[in-house]
Amino acid sequence: MTAALSIQGLTKSFAGVRAIRDLSFEVPKGVTTALIGPNGAGKTTVFNLVSGVYGVDAGTITVNGVDVTHMPSRKRIGTGIARSFQNIRLMAHLTVLENMLVGQHVRNASLGALLTPYRLFPNHRWKVEAREALAESGLEAWADETVGALPYGVRKRIDLVRATLAGASLLMLDEPAAGLNPSETNALREHLKVLMGKGITLLVVEHDMHFVNSICQNVVVLNFGEKIAEGPLSKVRQDQKVREAYIGSEEA
Amino acid sequence: MSGYLTGVLVVLAFNVMAAYAVYLPLAAGQLNLGIAGFMAIGAYASAFLTNEYAWPMWAAIPVGSALAGLTGLVIGIPVLRTHGIYLAMATFALGQVISAIFLNLEVVGGAAGYPVSDYVGPNGVFLAAAGVVVLMLYLSRTRFALYLTAVKSDPTVADLLGVSVRGIQVAAFALGAAVAGFGGAFYAHHYNFVEAQHFNVLLSVFTVLYVLFGGTQTVWGPLVGAAFFTLAPELLRASDQWRYALFAIFIIVFMAIRPEGLVTTSLLRFRRRKNTDGAAAASSEAA
Repeated sequence: MTAALSIQGLTKSFAGVRAIRDLSFEVPKGVTTALIGPNGAGKTTVFNLVSGVYGVDAGTITVNGVDVTHMPSRKRIGTGIARSFQNIRLMAHLTVLENMLVGQHVRNASLGALLTPYRLFPNHRWKVEAREALAESGLEAWADETVGALPYGVRKRIDLVRATLAGASLLMLDEPAAGLNPSETNALREHLKVLMGKGITLLVVEHDMHFVNSICQNVVVLNFGEKIAEGPLSKVRQDQKVREAYIGSEEA
Repeated sequence: MSGYLTGVLVVLAFNVMAAYAVYLPLAAGQLNLGIAGFMAIGAYASAFLTNEYAWPMWAAIPVGSALAGLTGLVIGIPVLRTHGIYLAMATFALGQVISAIFLNLEVVGGAAGYPVSDYVGPNGVFLAAAGVVVLMLYLSRTRFALYLTAVKSDPTVADLLGVSVRGIQVAAFALGAAVAGFGGAFYAHHYNFVEAQHFNVLLSVFTVLYVLFGGTQTVWGPLVGAAFFTLAPELLRASDQWRYALFAIFIIVFMAIRPEGLVTTSLLRFRRRKNTDGAAAASSEAA
């Protein structure tokens, strides 16, 4: 079976500093994977390379069997990949529903769709679909609110619904649980489990190890842009290199 | 209708068309400070085709508009690589260059100006402006308008969601240029005279002011802004030479109070909510 995401020999430097060095790992379909490591290890850089925000120096990135290494960033969503940002990136001036409609773009990209006056029809199928997706996650009450005014935890989950509306089969989440209170974290976990139940593969960057433990089957550990360990969290935790990276070598 | 009132309304119609020409790219976050140049292209092209080739005006005007749009498309592709203040400078220079070309083009009269043969009356101008407003209202109901805001709000995320950010920006710029050319062509045929000096930087800057004043968040902003800018100085006419000073002070005060413009999404939403609440209250009272 082809992997949801396969990274081979990925390398990226910024002004001579190697941010990612010869990184290789795979995210098999349906295996929720965490990318962990100390601050500055290169986790977000990996997301930026995979989503195409940065170009790669060397290596290949394959999503669902399609080589996206040199594909323009806006075309990559067509291969089934979507991502969230560490600081939530919703369009603040649009309503929740309108953000969902932008999320549907990749499945409605024709000129005809672009010029359809959907706003004239209260029950246009795009709006109905978006409302249903919000309702499924218990977020329908927010549909007509402007995004900028909503609570943080709600915005995080709206970001997830938008990604699913884009038809993503591989979702990269950058610190989804950061800044959430315990009940918001629980709501997020339930939401992610629903997505996993729908067959969406998750790749998660996260510092909260309880959270990682509760949803991830596989963990890839980065330090200084290199992979230092891979496997189930319980096994990775015992790894000497991982302990040194996290705690500091003097304690090891 | 008195001649004076008709004259003012005709100016309003031209200002509305110009305002929407600026609004389209501005809604996508791009300031076009050279709109007068695109109006000049539409005006001169339509005048030239009717004068020299005896084209009927109704064929020449759309061609003038299309030429302005095409110029916007061709120039927009490289110019829209710049952002912020640099884009403003580039479009500013562009407007000046276009105007300077017509000023030196002897085939259309050069600095002496260019008389235009066919005449379109005030009703024709009103109809043209109404047509532009209807087109804009239509577009505001589509995904195109949604993507304009999305691209302005967060181009990176819009891109990652598959929206062609450059495509939307160039389309808005070119469509705005076509609207400017459309208005310019009507201008030529209504006043029966065009001169390059009319399409100067002040015209561009004033038009941007209408739009910013009315607000870029909704499709109604440019209409309200253009109406205010056209009618307020006329209403202040009684104060004679002080009217422009009063008007300027008013603008400064107003922009300080409502920097996001006169008509905003929250304002419209508030009104809508009030209406539905009112309707709900009325129906419960009836019951």
